[in-house]
Amino acid sequence: MSAGKLTMAQAINAALRDALAEDSSVVVFGEDVAQLGGVFRVTDGLHREFGESRVFDTPLAESGIVGMAVGMAMNGLRPVVEMQFDAFAYPAFEQIVSHVAKLGNRTRGKVRLPIVIRIPYAGGIGGVEHHCDSSEAYYAHTPGLTVVAPATNADAYGLLRAAIAGSDPVIFLEPKKHYFSKEEVDVAIPVPPIGRAVVRRRGNDATLIAYGPSVPVALAAADQAATEGRDLGVVDLRSIVPFDDETVCAEVRRTGRAVVVAEAPGFASVASEIAARVGEQCFHHLEAPVRRVTGFDVPYPAPKLEHHFLPGVDRILDAVDTLQWEDAA
Amino acid sequence: MSAGQLKAAITPARLLDETGRLVRGAPKPDAEALAEGYRKLVFARRLNEQCGALVRQGRLAVYPSSRGQEACQVACASVLSDGDWLFPTYRDTAAIAARGVDPVEVLTLLSGDWHCGYDPNEHKVAPQATPLATQLLHAVGVGHAARLKGEDTVVMALCGDGATSEGDFHEACNFAAVFRAPVVFFVQNNKYAISVPLARQSVAPSLAAKAIGYGMPGVRVDGNDLPALEKVLGEAVARARAGEGPTLVEADTYRVESHTNADDASRYRTDDEVTEWLPRDPLLRVKTYLTAVGALDDAREREIHAAAEEMAAAVRAGVGAGSPADPGEIFAHVYSTPTPQLARQRAALRAELDAEEA
Repeated sequence: MSAGKLTMAQAINAALRDALAEDSSVVVFGEDVAQLGGVFRVTDGLHREFGESRVFDTPLAESGIVGMAVGMAMNGLRPVVEMQFDAFAYPAFEQIVSHVAKLGNRTRGKVRLPIVIRIPYAGGIGGVEHHCDSSEAYYAHTPGLTVVAPATNADAYGLLRAAIAGSDPVIFLEPKKHYFSKEEVDVAIPVPPIGRAVVRRRGNDATLIAYGPSVPVALAAADQAATEGRDLGVVDLRSIVPFDDETVCAEVRRTGRAVVVAEAPGFASVASEIAARVGEQCFHHLEAPVRRVTGFDVPYPAPKLEHHFLPGVDRILDAVDTLQWEDAA
Repeated sequence: MSAGQLKAAITPARLLDETGRLVRGAPKPDAEALAEGYRKLVFARRLNEQCGALVRQGRLAVYPSSRGQEACQVACASVLSDGDWLFPTYRDTAAIAARGVDPVEVLTLLSGDWHCGYDPNEHKVAPQATPLATQLLHAVGVGHAARLKGEDTVVMALCGDGATSEGDFHEACNFAAVFRAPVVFFVQNNKYAISVPLARQSVAPSLAAKAIGYGMPGVRVDGNDLPALEKVLGEAVARARAGEGPTLVEADTYRVESHTNADDASRYRTDDEVTEWLPRDPLLRVKTYLTAVGALDDAREREIHAAAEEMAAAVRAGVGAGSPADPGEIFAHVYSTPTPQLARQRAALRAELDAEEA
């Protein structure tokens, strides 16, 4: 497979297939990932193609899935496991925080855990409760974890290949509302490495900083702003950990204004961390305080109400309007 | 589930009784092998005593003693082959030493350092697990990976009675049974989880009986009877190696000391209860038996104790004698390559330290 239009689910499927084909130590397992191909069909066809020893269903127990992945990685394999939904990963939290994240450190680097934990995450699909959490802050707060959140289908492919090939454990957050949107993906074209942010749109008036499902929203806001005479740039983080201070701060220093966009509740969030980092590193270049446009500090709302919760174009542009433009005149 | 399988899960298997006599019908153990086992028991006991002393001297941060459980410690290591894996807990220092890891390396963590000391891959011994039961799943993963790779590795996974209440114990048993993973779950039932007695953990007929629910054999064994432990654990290892799946073995034993030096067992159990267990000491009955069959005389006894003293002296000399912990190293292994942020934090700490030295 090289170029063509792929959905994000198909791009991730292609990454898993290519990794399984190229490296016999790669194994894929989780709940419903084999025969069914996953509840989002992300692993569709892999069980048939690679067999039961490479792609298999497990008992329904997330701590068990992640704990077993730790042992399999200790014994030379590269497990790629699926947590069925964001909030269903919480039973595995102790394994992730106390073992996946720390074993390399506890063994002075003698044991490395090349594990990828794939998590369909965030909202916007009208899901029932416990199916739409933005849980990235829990993982980003834990030293030892790499936290990746692709926004494009090409990145979904390229970043997952890099995550599987690397030596460290990766939390791979897949924006589930984009699983079925199609984009041109040429898997032969390499994407920048994990840890590098990308400027998706160059703008001169203010910088929108986003990751995962919020990147398309930020780009839509920039399109809208352009029709109103304001030139907004968009930085796509691609990975929350490692965090690319350099790219983010270079853009903010250029524009002097920044808005961070993320779906997760804003209190003690990744968005807060970004705002603090930009404030500390770009203070003398800032024309206004860094604003955050995030979800409210409430449990993810019911399908009937989720559109009130999710940061949208209007809320982003309202925040941009508060960036003390009158001082610039 | 036959009546015989149920009985095996509830009635402890025993070969040497508390008075050091073979139980009726038990096969005669190989005296030379048992004498070697006795040497390991003496070493394990001496290591427990030495570590207690090091805590009192402030040279170890803490030590969870396995005094009274030495037969379990020795047996679980001695039934493994070189390529097999051991997954120990914080109370299993003596088992790791019995596996052949230098006790000084094993005590790295308990002496206050941030890492496990030994190389897990070199010795096929996982770092001692501090959280309860989480390591059992790792053991299942190592075993399942070995099966997928066509290797005949067996994994010995240790935990205590308290850990059987944890969810990960359940998940590990269930995963191992479903995948027929080559794992031996070895529960040292020493009757206490810090202060909470077994009756507050479980009202199952026995802990080994829980195996029935997972569809795997459960075997209860006298945990102070070295030959019985070696037989039961050896059979479980052989089953696993033959591709027949996991076994849950429960050792009926007793934690003679407090949970750690920081604990005070007099707050939750009587001296009488402890005293009752002392005649069931795992060293005593092997010594009595070996002496009776003429396999252990005073000279050999002295030789074994002298060697144990030498080990203890090496532990005293070695603990804390390595180069001092390098503060910069706390950043080195968090990721295989430090992130730019960690590199900056390391440089900042270095600058602080340099300023202090200047």
